[in-house]
This record gives sequence, structure tokens and C-alpha cells, in this order.
Amino acid sequence: MNPFSLAALAGLALLASHAASAQTISRGEVIASTCFTCHGTHGVSPSTIPSIDYIPAERMIETLKAYKAGQRYSTIMGRHASAYTDEEIVEAANFLASLQKKGK
Amino acid sequence: MSRLTRREFVKLLGASGALSTVGLAGCQTAPAPGPSTAAPAKAAPRVVVIGGGFGGATCAKYLRLYDATLNVTLVEQHAKYVTCPGSNWVFGGMRTLDDLTQTYTALRDKHGVNVVTDRVVSVDAGKRLITLASGKTLGYDRLVMSPGIDFRWGDIEGYDDAATQVMPHAWKAGPQTALLLKQLQAMPDGGTFIMSAPPMPFRCPPGPPERVSMVAHYFKTQKPRSKILILDSKDNFSKQALFTQAWDQLYPNMIEWVPATSGGKVVRVDPRALTVHTASGGSHKGGVVNIIPAQRAPQLAVDTGLANTSGWCPVNQLTFESTQVANIHVIGDASIAGALPKSGHTANNIAKMTAAAIVSLFRGVPPPTPSHVNTCYSLVAPDYGISIAGVYRLGEDGQLQGVKGAGGLSPADATLQQRSQEAGYAQGWHKSIVADSFG
Repeated sequence: MNPFSLAALAGLALLASHAASAQTISRGEVIASTCFTCHGTHGVSPSTIPSIDYIPAERMIETLKAYKAGQRYSTIMGRHASAYTDEEIVEAANFLASLQKKGK
Repeated sequence: MSRLTRREFVKLLGASGALSTVGLAGCQTAPAPGPSTAAPAKAAPRVVVIGGGFGGATCAKYLRLYDATLNVTLVEQHAKYVTCPGSNWVFGGMRTLDDLTQTYTALRDKHGVNVVTDRVVSVDAGKRLITLASGKTLGYDRLVMSPGIDFRWGDIEGYDDAATQVMPHAWKAGPQTALLLKQLQAMPDGGTFIMSAPPMPFRCPPGPPERVSMVAHYFKTQKPRSKILILDSKDNFSKQALFTQAWDQLYPNMIEWVPATSGGKVVRVDPRALTVHTASGGSHKGGVVNIIPAQRAPQLAVDTGLANTSGWCPVNQLTFESTQVANIHVIGDASIAGALPKSGHTANNIAKMTAAAIVSLFRGVPPPTPSHVNTCYSLVAPDYGISIAGVYRLGEDGQLQGVKGAGGLSPADATLQQRSQEAGYAQGWHKSIVADSFG
């Protein structure tokens, strides 16, 4: 194999790894997708369960942490929120807030 | 929980060597990732989803949401789908079957899924080729099978296809639900409704006691002298303390539950006499008899080599790819999914994790760390709801496990106001999951 093709291969590998990182589905998106079952696809609810598509990340983080700590009344959100680390809550909240910016 | 390292990821993918083969397949078939690459665009990867319930519909939709370049085909034998969740509410007079009926129009028109109304006859996993009843064939790069459940015909002597027309199971919503409703409406006041409840594992663990609750509500309001007898193949049931507490309160002296060890296990039925016989030698005659048989994965999954001796389909719980047949993912009730119960909610979540995994595998990147949720609401009365919830993560042993310290049941000491709120959310949950899966 000549040096040129080696260099080309290395370049391709670099491109591939860039493409890969850009195409990774984030943990925030994965966790948020599980919110959508009750709160509607992309957080837009069709019925009695509140929509969560309009909530700024800071307020979402504060709210979920309050559910988790048992400081905010809920029928079921306390049981859900207590499963997540603070880091996961931040990532999911940021993802949800980013949907609003994208207009989804 | 931390992200998976590449090494852990390879370990979790397991012995099928999926990473290398999939990585290659992805390189061969994935479209060019962006304008900066010189490689010409190849044909889009093809995913075929078999089965249009909560699992299959959600997977088809989210595959397209995650990657709009994928060629996604959903094969379902019926043009319409009646949701099992909510179908017990029909007996309580709260919903009609029409209210529960979904189409695949949005998947086709809004999400670009190719919807094929046809029945799968066979899957050739070697050639990656599906043969349909119409004679057409479909090729795939990855196949998602979401086939639901079938019954263990033969476990209860005398309970065959003909018997279901006399003693309906109503465990697949549709004509069976309509038949059971008609029988309940025709039953004179003072009659007995008998339910034979199945052994674990089965679709919708809180379904039998919810159905009893809805029938009890109907009896209380329309036929108050009637009784309910639950003959159970188990010694306990889902949300038992909450259901029992509510039954004592709302339907006193109406419902009798017989656990397996006290003579509850039905082993034989006589449809002509509307009589059931139990393992302990007892027999019971009902006005209406509902037999919910033991369950397993459907025959197509068995014929494709996906089921093991348990009757269900073992999968890699990261990707839901079969551990027995490469390139086929089994999702929903038919899969063995660790601690996840078999529910519409988990089918929806499994579908999303599987869609994310498949998209990642095509791209040659590790699938994201999965996170699953289950939420099962049950109505004990139109204004009285209870729930169970759980969040599930992949353990180091590759099994999905409930996160400790989270999830669980509605509180035993909840107020009637809280039960009412949960009843409202139960109905909202149905609208939401339907929209998230089919809309």
C-alpha cells in the first residue's frame, strides 16, 4: 500500500469518526423519548397530561429535582423523577428545551 | 449511570459479533453522511417492522424520526388496530371499541413509513427475505418483529378456537371484546361472571383485576345482585393490595378471588355447560365465563427460530436483537426483557430504544445507553385510578433491572381526590400513548 492511500485512509477514518460523534443519539434525547409516552411526542400532549414542550431548561431542572426530593406534590412524577441522577435531569431538560428552539 | 465505553458496548453486543458485521453493513449501505465525503450515496438501509401494535408502530415512527433517510416498511395484517389498553373500560361503559380503534394513516402520510397490509407467511433469516400471504416478498437489512402474544392452546383442556366463541378470552381487543360485552349485557341480574386469570408471564399483569373492576362497576350500576368469581392460576396479582382495598370500598361482597393453591387453577372447560373445572377437582358454572389462557410468543416468532423453550424470545437487552437469529430484533410482549413487564407502555419504550440502537448500528456507532419506563394505570371505577411505575436500566449482567428507590405503586392511603386525579391521568395516558405510537 502506498503512502498516499494510507493518508487517504487515515483521512477517511477521521471523517468517519467526526460523522459518528455528530450522529450519536444523546443520553438526554433517549431519556426525553421516554417522557413522550405520557407527555406526547416532542412533549406536546393531546390530553389531560401536561405538555412539557414549552418549559425552559432551568425551570424543568428545578421542577424535576423538586419531584425527586419529594418537595413538590405529584401523583406519579415523584416515583419517576427519583430514578434519575441530577446530571441526567440536566441533559434531558436541555434536550427538551432544544426541541422548542427547533420548532418541533 | 455512566455511558457505556466502547469495550463494554462490544461485550454487551455479545457473541453474535454484531459490531463488526453491522459496522460493515452500515458502511456498505448507509447514505453519505454529509457533503464533505466524496463517496456516492448508496441505497438507504431497509428496516422492515412486522406487527402494528404499540411496539411495531412506535418503532416504525421513531426510526423515521431518528433518521429520515431510512427506508422503513411496516407489515400488519389488519388495516386497523384496536388497543388492548382501554379495552377493559368498554365493560364499564366508558369507551366504545370505535374510541380505541387506530389506523396507520399518520405513520404513512406524516412519517413516511411504507405501510403494507398483508400477513407474513415466513421469514428467511439467511436471505433476509420475508414472504407475504399475497406472494410478495420483502428484503431487509434489519428486521424488527413485534408480534405480540399467542396462547398456550392445550394448557386448559377443551379451550380451543371454537370455545373462544362461547367463553371469550378478550385478551386481544376487537371482536372478542365485543363478544364478552354482549354476553355481560345479556346476563340476567343475579348471575355470576367467572374469570380464569393466567399464570405469569403474560400481557398486562394488572389487566385481569382491572377488567374485574370494570365489570363490577357495570354490575353495581345495572345488575346489583350479580357476583364475580376470579379463579387464578397465581397466588397473588398485580396491585393486589390497592385493588382489594378499593373493591372492599366500592363493591363490597361482590368479588371473590380464589388463588391457585386454594383451588383457583382452571384445567378444563366445558363450554356447552358454561362450566370450568379446577386442578383441585372443583367445578364452577357461570353466567358469563372469561378464560384468559397462559401465553407465549406467536408461531411466526417460533417458526423463525426466535423463541426458546420458555416460549418467549431471548434478546440482547441493549439492542433487542435476537440472541438466536442475527439481524432480527424482537420487541414488545414477545421478548424476554429482564424486569420489564409486558405492557403497551414498555412496548412503546422498547421500540424507541430499539430504533435508536438500529440507527446507531447502521451508522457504526455504539447504541445509546437505554433507559426504559413503565407506567400502568388501572381504573377501579370511572373516577378511581391507581398506578404502578418503574424506571429500568441495563445492569452489568446485561439484564434490564428496575432502578432501586424509584417507581412503585400509588400510595395505599391516597385520598379519593388523588384517586380521581389518577383516573383522569389514566385516560390522558391512553390518548398520549396512542398519539405517540400511531400519530
